[in-house]
Amino acid sequence: MLASDLAEGVLAGNRRALARAISHIEADTATGRDLLAALYPRTGRAQTVGVTGSAGAGKSTLVGALAREERKRGRTVGIVAVDPSSPFSHGAILGDRIRMQALTADGGVFMRSMASRGNLGGLAEMASGVVDVMDAAGFDVVLLETVGAGQDEVEVATAAQTTVLVANPGGGDDVQSMKAGLMEIAQIMVVNKADLAGADTAVMQLRGLLAIAPLRAWTPPILKAVAKTGEGIAELADAIDRHHEHSRTSPHAAEERRAHAHAQIVSLARSALYREALQTAEAEGVLQSLVDDVAVRQRDPRAAATTLLDVMRIRWQARA
Amino acid sequence: MAIEQHTIRVLIAKPGLDGHDRGAKVVARALRDAGMEVIYTGIRQTPEMIAEAALQEDVQVVGLSILSGAHLEIFPRVIAELRKRGVDDVMLFCGGIIPEGDIPPIKAMGFAGVFGPGTDTNDIISFVREHAPERM
Repeated sequence: MLASDLAEGVLAGNRRALARAISHIEADTATGRDLLAALYPRTGRAQTVGVTGSAGAGKSTLVGALAREERKRGRTVGIVAVDPSSPFSHGAILGDRIRMQALTADGGVFMRSMASRGNLGGLAEMASGVVDVMDAAGFDVVLLETVGAGQDEVEVATAAQTTVLVANPGGGDDVQSMKAGLMEIAQIMVVNKADLAGADTAVMQLRGLLAIAPLRAWTPPILKAVAKTGEGIAELADAIDRHHEHSRTSPHAAEERRAHAHAQIVSLARSALYREALQTAEAEGVLQSLVDDVAVRQRDPRAAATTLLDVMRIRWQARA
Repeated sequence: MAIEQHTIRVLIAKPGLDGHDRGAKVVARALRDAGMEVIYTGIRQTPEMIAEAALQEDVQVVGLSILSGAHLEIFPRVIAELRKRGVDDVMLFCGGIIPEGDIPPIKAMGFAGVFGPGTDTNDIISFVREHAPERM
């Protein structure tokens, strides 16, 4: 199918066209690139929300509960859920639908699972592109769930307007470890599984970390929730709305959009460069011979990497 | 890491009311280890849910696992729901407790493969690789 037909289908709300469009964007085909070019000017209307946190924090359950809450408020919801690919087989089990089963039969919800395919940063390379297509397709809210994230998997912050960090009670050390990365990008913090012992302690720890953070125009609220029962989810949706409003009216809005754009461009260029470099290196057997040298310690890895770059530079100059 | 441009995406679903998902999970895991992306939706899926998931995830392949004996009732409904949504280019296969005599009617419905207990997962992997339709 042509990119223009697919784009038309997406804008008209055709779910099958949307599904196929996402496949093209994910595989980074020529059609996918044309599609994004055609649809990007139609984005910017949806409220985009990234949900991140460590593995098992309850992100999927929370996203499911949040989607139901938004549906109750009459909004349509797109969901993009990223799970890790195996670094060995490159395969993946994408299991986020298990926790969102009730939403499958709802025509106002469209959910897509993505594998990270070796991308670092907690997202799939094309996740932000998929968010954009859902935005263009007219969903009021687009929820983006990251893989179980550790410290510096902060890419979600540039793919969504509002970032929600999901923490758990009893994760004291966890919370400490988050202060370097995830803590700094979250606009909303949720202590999920708040029915377990230690929820208030976790809230206090987060508050303590925030208290020593530099003052910003937006102070991240710290909420408690039990995603499984829906407790606290309405408050979360309210907080997201407040942040949405803040982002629209803030004097820094334009600056923030530029920062997001910068990070997105650099991140996509980095991935494309990396892929192209590896393809060149493998095609010419350059990498293989360098591997041979380094494996027997005739050459150090850093020097081998430099040689690889030199070879690529020569190739590119020849092409230009 | 070399990334396959056209990774095979598979939906593994359990329709019907039995909760025995060991087989489905073994197959999902085997396909993952063969480099495929497997969407696993859990147990007790209605035909509508399965068809809707296949549509949204744009999978090339749908594998159904059923041990309750209701396959001749449920499979045609899954196919009808897929058709209703215009999902006409997926390869279907199934597994579970399926009597020999039921295999011809299941294949006549449009299932490319039927795999019973004791099947070598390598056979399923090669089958899926061979029959998965090209997407792009």
